[in-house]
Amino acid sequence: MSAPSEIRVCLPPHDAVTPWTLASYRERGGYQAWEEVLKNQTPREEIIETLKSSGLRGRGGAGFPTGLKLSFMPRDAQGQKYIVCNSDESEPGTFKDRDILRFNPHQVIEGMALAGYAIGATVGFNYIRGEYYEPWQRFEAALAEARQAGLLGENLKGSDIAFELHSQRGAGAYICGEETALLESLEGKKGQPRFKPPFPAQVGAFGKPTTINNTETLASIPPIIRNGAEWFSSIGVENSGGTKIYSVSGHVNRPGNYEVPMGMPFRDLLEMAGGVQDGRALKAVIPGGSSVPVVPADAIMECTMDYDGLSQVGSALGAGSVIVMDETTCMVEVLERISFFYFAESCGQCTPCREGTGWLYRMIRRIRSGEGTPADLDRLKSVADRIEGRTICALGDAAAWPVQSFLKHFRHEFEAMIPREEAA
Amino acid sequence: MAEAGTMLPETIIQKIEAETGKYPTRRAAVKSALRYAQAEFGWISEDVVKAVAEVLGLERIEVFEVATFYDMFYTRPVGRFPVRVCTNVSCLLRGADGIMESLCQNLGVEAGETTADGRFTVFAAECLGACGGAPMMAVGDDYHEDLKADELDKILERYR
Repeated sequence: MSAPSEIRVCLPPHDAVTPWTLASYRERGGYQAWEEVLKNQTPREEIIETLKSSGLRGRGGAGFPTGLKLSFMPRDAQGQKYIVCNSDESEPGTFKDRDILRFNPHQVIEGMALAGYAIGATVGFNYIRGEYYEPWQRFEAALAEARQAGLLGENLKGSDIAFELHSQRGAGAYICGEETALLESLEGKKGQPRFKPPFPAQVGAFGKPTTINNTETLASIPPIIRNGAEWFSSIGVENSGGTKIYSVSGHVNRPGNYEVPMGMPFRDLLEMAGGVQDGRALKAVIPGGSSVPVVPADAIMECTMDYDGLSQVGSALGAGSVIVMDETTCMVEVLERISFFYFAESCGQCTPCREGTGWLYRMIRRIRSGEGTPADLDRLKSVADRIEGRTICALGDAAAWPVQSFLKHFRHEFEAMIPREEAA
Repeated sequence: MAEAGTMLPETIIQKIEAETGKYPTRRAAVKSALRYAQAEFGWISEDVVKAVAEVLGLERIEVFEVATFYDMFYTRPVGRFPVRVCTNVSCLLRGADGIMESLCQNLGVEAGETTADGRFTVFAAECLGACGGAPMMAVGDDYHEDLKADELDKILERYR
């Protein structure tokens, strides 16, 4: 069997020189799809149908079918509509959109133009997390190039099609990756999620119908339109079309982004990343960013990296953020750190999350400092269960899932830290 | 438009006005306005909040609640270069604690404190999205990845 290798759809080829420039992007077929649309005035339905049959699903974490999402926009409604790109990448363990923006910004622009056209939006916003200064600079430079080349603006290439695109920088808040919090932030407010319904397709940015997609999702669109739905879906597996960028971090020899076909066995991905650091044994993996349930070594080594594969081992693909932990890892310490994160990033709007995340963190810290009691373990689970599903947005669930799964698979490590005389 | 007597220099007001042109509301430019002002004054004082509110035609509370919500806005004086060391999971697994300890020791501060010369304030940060280069830190706008404790001084030397 040959060694597993990358297939790069959203990231530029390894040998591309200054891949972020317009010239380089054009060399690999960039803007062909957009220019074709401008020339032929392709029916909007056709683009949406192509995306539907490509099997592309949202890469930001929820995995919702992209074509279907775009079809929710009220196409006949008059007035302004918006397409928004979510580049507020902040889920711990996730660093793929940073590389897409740094190395392939034009593909995001083209993807937004195509998606905007498909839903009848003449304006787009790319919300880029505030800390991503270099990626934002690259994106801004690409915007200037695209405007200069007549790819953004009004009456594009002599058509009556208009599309303008702006970036907005965030300012440091994990919650703004939640789509309605992002909209609030885009409008210049605190990033507190909105209650749904109404959904953004009805009432989105500035009160107008809006579709929000992740950076990697939008970057997948131009090659799909250029090469066809069949090309993309045949790369992946049933129910998981195309490639996925896995951000591999933690205890591996070569951390980094690996773009591979959906459905790749985890063991192959681990091999690509150079295997577990220093030849140690694998203990567990968080396969989709810190919010998804942890998977013990035995289960993940038999697992394929796609929506269904990870669901079968009780976890989720999330944003494809693979955090690898070797045998030396203290699971109590890791959970303490994760729980602190959700406590720190709760926007404070919903009581179960605002109060519950603090309780979770303080109980885990207490256990780790040797002052826990046997009742704490059940209490942890009880608090997590009472946050899950009881908040406006998914941050509450994101705080609960790690606690539930760490306790399920590694309860003995928590028990070991509870003083013996206390143990009944 | 800006009131007479605003503390904001004309160049910043122009930048804010340019930013408002992207959006259907002036309010949408508030984060950019705060960022420009912070770059000028080092932090966001009550006077900055007032000036930004005047330029954008907002209530002061609408500006202040944004200034306090986001990590990258400082509502108290900080060093010229905020140093944000990621301490989240992926960095933790690759030795972020040791980096934090060395950095604080070298600079003679605790997390959250500013060096005596006013150059740096050290913060324990949440995930900054560069886990492939863990452990990492941001100094001002710059990312520094694959950190080693004995190379920290050399990195910080560049920031004067």
